[in-house]
Amino acid sequence: MSDTEHQEDGHGSLVINNKKLLMWLFLGSDCMFFGTLISTHLIYRKLYPESYDPLLVFDLELTSGSTFILLMSSVLMALAVSAMHKGELKSFRLTTIGVIFCGLIFLACQVYEFAHFTNEGLTLSTNTFGSTFYMMTGTHGVHVAIGVFWLICLYFYSYTGKMDAHESAVDVEVAGLYWHFVDIVWIIIFTAVYLIEYIPGLR
Amino acid sequence: MSQTETEIHAPSTTQAPKTHELKPEPSQLGFMRPDHSKSVIMDWLTTVDHKKIGIMYGAIALFFLLVGGFEALIIRTQLAFPENDLISAQRYNQLFTMHGTTMIFLAIMPLNAAFFNFLVPLQIGARDVAFPRINSFSLWAFVAGAIVINFGWVLQALQVMGLFEASGPTAGMTDLAPAMGWFGYAPLTGTNFTGAGTDFWIMGLQILGIASLSAAMNFVVTIVNMRAPGMKMMRMPVFTWMTLVVSLLIVFAFPAITIALGQLMFDRCFGTNFFVVAGGGQPILWQHLFWIFGHPEVYILVLPAMGIISEILPVFSKKPLFGYSIVVFSGAVIGFLGFAVWSHHMFTTGLGKVATAAFSLLTMAIAVPTGVKIFNWIGTLWGGRVRFSAPMIFSLGFVWMFMMGGFSGIMHSSAPADAQQQDSYFVIAHFHYVAIGGIFLAVVAGIYFWLPKMIGKMWKGNLSTWVAIFSTVGLNVTFFPMHFLGLLGMPRRTHTYLEGFGWETYNLVCTIGAYILAFGILLLVVDIIRCFRNGEPAGNDPWDARTLEWATTSPPQVYNFAKTPIIPARDALWEDKYGPENRKITHEDDHGHGIHMPSQSWMPFIAALGFIPVGLGMSLMQAGVPYMGYVAIFGLLVLGLGIALWAIEGPGGYHMHPEVDAA
Ligand code: HEM
Ligand SMILES: [Cu+2]
Repeated sequence: MSDTEHQEDGHGSLVINNKKLLMWLFLGSDCMFFGTLISTHLIYRKLYPESYDPLLVFDLELTSGSTFILLMSSVLMALAVSAMHKGELKSFRLTTIGVIFCGLIFLACQVYEFAHFTNEGLTLSTNTFGSTFYMMTGTHGVHVAIGVFWLICLYFYSYTGKMDAHESAVDVEVAGLYWHFVDIVWIIIFTAVYLIEYIPGLR
Repeated sequence: MSQTETEIHAPSTTQAPKTHELKPEPSQLGFMRPDHSKSVIMDWLTTVDHKKIGIMYGAIALFFLLVGGFEALIIRTQLAFPENDLISAQRYNQLFTMHGTTMIFLAIMPLNAAFFNFLVPLQIGARDVAFPRINSFSLWAFVAGAIVINFGWVLQALQVMGLFEASGPTAGMTDLAPAMGWFGYAPLTGTNFTGAGTDFWIMGLQILGIASLSAAMNFVVTIVNMRAPGMKMMRMPVFTWMTLVVSLLIVFAFPAITIALGQLMFDRCFGTNFFVVAGGGQPILWQHLFWIFGHPEVYILVLPAMGIISEILPVFSKKPLFGYSIVVFSGAVIGFLGFAVWSHHMFTTGLGKVATAAFSLLTMAIAVPTGVKIFNWIGTLWGGRVRFSAPMIFSLGFVWMFMMGGFSGIMHSSAPADAQQQDSYFVIAHFHYVAIGGIFLAVVAGIYFWLPKMIGKMWKGNLSTWVAIFSTVGLNVTFFPMHFLGLLGMPRRTHTYLEGFGWETYNLVCTIGAYILAFGILLLVVDIIRCFRNGEPAGNDPWDARTLEWATTSPPQVYNFAKTPIIPARDALWEDKYGPENRKITHEDDHGHGIHMPSQSWMPFIAALGFIPVGLGMSLMQAGVPYMGYVAIFGLLVLGLGIALWAIEGPGGYHMHPEVDAA
């Protein structure tokens, strides 16, 4: 959503760009969304430690791999933002394609993971673990998918010739903020939901 | 922008300036943008003007206030006598559920939103909100949510008239209106206890949440970024401050309910186990998630009211607000502490000693900033030249009545005492004192205060006094006896009661009071209509007021201020009128650029309309009606398409050149 209606009024109090501030607020709100989801998961996990053994289905190599890929996409995203600031469309496109590609790999891994888990008999309704796990990681996946879609839009937009180093750089930066945030959330989920299960004393 | 060429103007003599107006340009989609001069309906549907959006919020909210009031009257009539059988137990449950939901989400919140929208840009000297199209989206999403929530009533009415029957493909559609209380405790919301009504409620609330979130983020950005030069944070009117606090509360409190509603929806539609006891779900989790949202929500409701009062009392006592910074600070503290007291709604669930003691203490602590504000208001009145005009009468009513509600709140905060009061009529008395005695009276004060600014017409006569008398007397007659009823052990949410507990007289009195209150509200509506029809021109500054919104014309022009004001002090207009020379409002020179106005747009309206098929489709799918999944997907497509076109069409805009004759 590119509402910039009022940016050009240039009022005296403008410290941080409107769109960026809006994104920061959204991310603040989103923290609470994920906070609620993750704590629901942890609460039920603590409440019913015996009800399900996630190690039956977890595949640490695969998930670590997809986590690494998502992390690397953040590096590319940062490069894309800086390219746009310099107005280098070519390198912007290259790096953005990279981010999109990484995002898609991550999503593919998640689809594979969900399918695999379901085959192993863990569904949304099997137990509370299934409910909280799928809803939490699914919400995260939807975030990634939205981000990928957004970046694809920006990628094609760069061919319309309407992109400039000022206004569009802000747009890309806002998309970047979102992307980094989604990454960070995944790191938290990866730690609090996957890795924690491998610590013997905690289970 | 140079600030050297400035001019001084006398606000009270500003005439509505003449304007040259350029037509909006075609959008990047190639279509013409909606032209507001063509048709009135189209103008209002596509408007991005915060003032029109505010007025629409207000009108819709007043409508739902009457709907909710009507529901309450039926409840009270049923309870007037023991073993009354005016309505069935099931209908009674539906009525109190919809009454609570309607009043909180469809009456008070949008009434507050009406004031946010109309006033905040004016009070900070801005042209509009930061994202005018998102603002329009918030309004229409709110309307969509209201329709989805109330859809059960419509179906039920059709059923009574014989036009709709739950059979064949619609056989699953039982229980059309929600009946599990406004806080929807699990496991009552499970599929084995309640039907389609619960789904309408879930989807409707979810949509309302999106509307509130988008509006709240918009207002934070507006207040942080769009202030006129010189309008420092500590020069902002208190109402704007409270809007900022409330918006932040919404941003951080609504996610809890959004996720909880999502989990509940998954339980109902896709068989998850979040709150399903048989599958290991914990109903108590719902209580926590709901109240983590729910307690901040009560401050979301009341802080704007406190803001309104903090604006009105100084004007009608001809004194600056006593302890401005303390009032602002205690508002922020209330907002902050509001996140830390949710479990006081759950004292009787057995939280454990430590948790109970902690939440008890924190709840007592929150009364401190509240009390501080009350002392500041009294300090404002002290030694002032008080004028008893309608806004002032209602404001004084607010201070007193709100305080009564605060007292019973503090009684609740003591866990052992609350064990006696929980789920009894005592709680009903508490929150109706804060809601009606507090918020409602403040909103009415706000209406009498700002209506002349909103529509440019002054109400006249003393009908307003009668409104004050009937509503205050009605409120006390209705709710004061409920304290006794609660202490005598009458539980809330029972559709009838037996004779012989000593409840009969109190109940009858309560019911009589409810009709008195309703009559007061009716008079209010009459008075508002009278003002619309034959109010006299109000003038720019009828109250000799203090803040910036009174510096412009009544009603304000689309662009609010012909030239951007430069604010030298708090209480800007007052200083401009009576202050020393160096505190007068000056103006930015626009160097002939004119005023940049945002173009109107269909897209927010279309996108928000998509929520209706999403909400209804999901609910009916759950009830097993065929093809409803596709309806929901269709709605999502409309929503997505609306947003996509919205992004592509671009913000657009055009310029206006108001010619102000510099005085
Ligand atoms: C001095 C400040 C306040 C304190 C200490 C306080 C305390 C409490 C407590 C402890 C309860 C739980 C009672 C129970 O269920 O047993 C409660 C309920 C409630 N309060 Fe307050 N309150 C205060 C102000 C407010 C305000 C300003 C509002 C709203 C505008 C409000 C609205 C409500 C509502 C709606 C409920 C009942 C919810 C329900 O059970 O349906 N309160 N309050
Ligand atoms: Cu509370």
